[in-house]
Amino acid sequence: MGNVTEQVLQQIVNGLSLGSIYALVALGYTMVYGIIKLINFAHGDVMMVGAYAGWFATTTLHLSFIPALLIAMVVSAILGVLIERIAYKPLRNATRIASLITAIGVSFFLEYGGMLVVSPQMRTYPPVFPDTIWNVGGIIIKYGDIVMILTSIILMILLHVIVKYSKIGKAMRAVSFDNEAALLMGINVNNTISATFAIGSALAAAAGVLMGVYFNTINPLMGIIPGLKAFVAAVLGGIGIIPGAMVGGFFLGLTESFVSGLGASTWRDAVAFLILILVLIIKPSGLFGKNIREKV
Amino acid sequence: MGKRINRQSVVTLLGVLLVYAIVQGSILMDILPPFVALTLIQVCIFIILSTSLNLINGITGQFSIGHAGFMAIGAYMAAIVVVKFQGPLMLALLAGALVSALAGFLIGLPTLRLKGDYLAIATLGFGEIVRIIFLNMEYVGGASGFSVPKTITWTWAFWLMVISVIIIRNFIYSTHGRACISIRENEIAADVMGINTTKYKIMAFTIGAFFAGLAGGIYANYLYIIQPLTFSFLKSFDILVMVVLGGLGSLTGSILGAVVMTVVSAALSGWPEWRLVITAILLIVMMIFRPKGLLGTKEFSLSFLGKKGEKNASSKD
Repeated sequence: MGNVTEQVLQQIVNGLSLGSIYALVALGYTMVYGIIKLINFAHGDVMMVGAYAGWFATTTLHLSFIPALLIAMVVSAILGVLIERIAYKPLRNATRIASLITAIGVSFFLEYGGMLVVSPQMRTYPPVFPDTIWNVGGIIIKYGDIVMILTSIILMILLHVIVKYSKIGKAMRAVSFDNEAALLMGINVNNTISATFAIGSALAAAAGVLMGVYFNTINPLMGIIPGLKAFVAAVLGGIGIIPGAMVGGFFLGLTESFVSGLGASTWRDAVAFLILILVLIIKPSGLFGKNIREKV
Repeated sequence: MGKRINRQSVVTLLGVLLVYAIVQGSILMDILPPFVALTLIQVCIFIILSTSLNLINGITGQFSIGHAGFMAIGAYMAAIVVVKFQGPLMLALLAGALVSALAGFLIGLPTLRLKGDYLAIATLGFGEIVRIIFLNMEYVGGASGFSVPKTITWTWAFWLMVISVIIIRNFIYSTHGRACISIRENEIAADVMGINTTKYKIMAFTIGAFFAGLAGGIYANYLYIIQPLTFSFLKSFDILVMVVLGGLGSLTGSILGAVVMTVVSAALSGWPEWRLVITAILLIVMMIFRPKGLLGTKEFSLSFLGKKGEKNASSKD
């Protein structure tokens, strides 16, 4: 019996680490969707760019973890704003399908453009953390697990403070509530949208660096599957709702590590998508969402 | 209802026969390089895929990005019939298409309640699930792939393509097709006018899946081996690009898109990254400057050849 409990607790630790990555990426999805109703398909690839920026900072510039994380976040924030200005802004009044197709285009551009720039081969992250492993009653907790969970919690608290109390956060909430009314109240909608992309992309970059550090390898296509799963997390929590994305991310991480723990790791990806389809069928507005009726 | 046989359909038929005869002739005389022959058959496969996706995305206005999933079902089903049961090719292709249509029907029932981007993501999820299921099925070779004898010839691929396009075209120009177009234009208005929108959405989805399955069957019986990786999201993306570039809602646009993109891919096959980067940029620029695609919802027609040319069914004005 003790063995089973140990196993369960071990999977909870793994799941929380994995979940914190999903949660960070899902936050970007949800914020962007909340403000311009666009599924930013390229979000996972922004995370990939962040991971590469962090990799260059640690290997070429020999920086330690925190400065590398910050550099990656800044690089990705700039990239996010550029993507928004170049690709999405001209389409703000176009059909949603047109924007979605553009987003898929941007995603492929980053993936394969990235392959051309940094070559398709895998890169190995240098060990930025000590190899310390704590064995708490049979449960193995790595140094990386602690850093991962702590970093994401700190970033989430920071995000919460920004959205709730800062001026730009208020503007973001206003724009997402009613774009036109916000404009009439003198809010600079364009800058607010850019700021949303910047914050979302910075969070994705943090997730990318954490992922690189945790799993050791990065490659230009690393963003696709975690990006899609983070989207699943965002939908699960109710897209456009920030706490929902956090809960969804951790839920998905835990589910996945339990599926792996049961020895079905090849089915892991299928389970995530199955959750997605089930959520969409049973409660498309997500766990925290409200049903809004369409007016004719 | 005008005359069924007019100058345009005769000219089109002659054109189709001419294309077939030229290629078949050069195959018989053995002057066609194998690379060109491969590309031509791929063009046929992609025309079936893009026109069937256009039926869902362009004509009915739904947004599916999991077409490779249906293709995979058709491919594996056809391969199983041929390899495991030694069935004839025709039966295999039909079985693949029918099973794929069934999958389209079953997945369509719940997911078509969703709209726009939610539907897109659900279909994407479906496509990935299908791929992962085949990846985990040892019966069909798992990740290493499933070998299938090559039995598809140019004649098979070409005429199956022609038949598929004719069936899809006739569907679009029928009462059902018009109902589908009305859903694209305004679903609520269509509902109010008494059109059973759910029924027509599922119908379009099922027919689209049927032909995607057929294309998958042709693919499996031509390429010697099928692997789950072939049917990844990348494949769905390729098909989507063809439809979008040609024009959502234009059948001739989809054919044009399939021909252009397949030939361009073949020409750039030595530089796969460049191919995708160029495709992606093309897609973004297209959406910004000409979101309707090359032909929009219009059909390329030969009506200027004679007064009896048909009118566009899908043109809005």
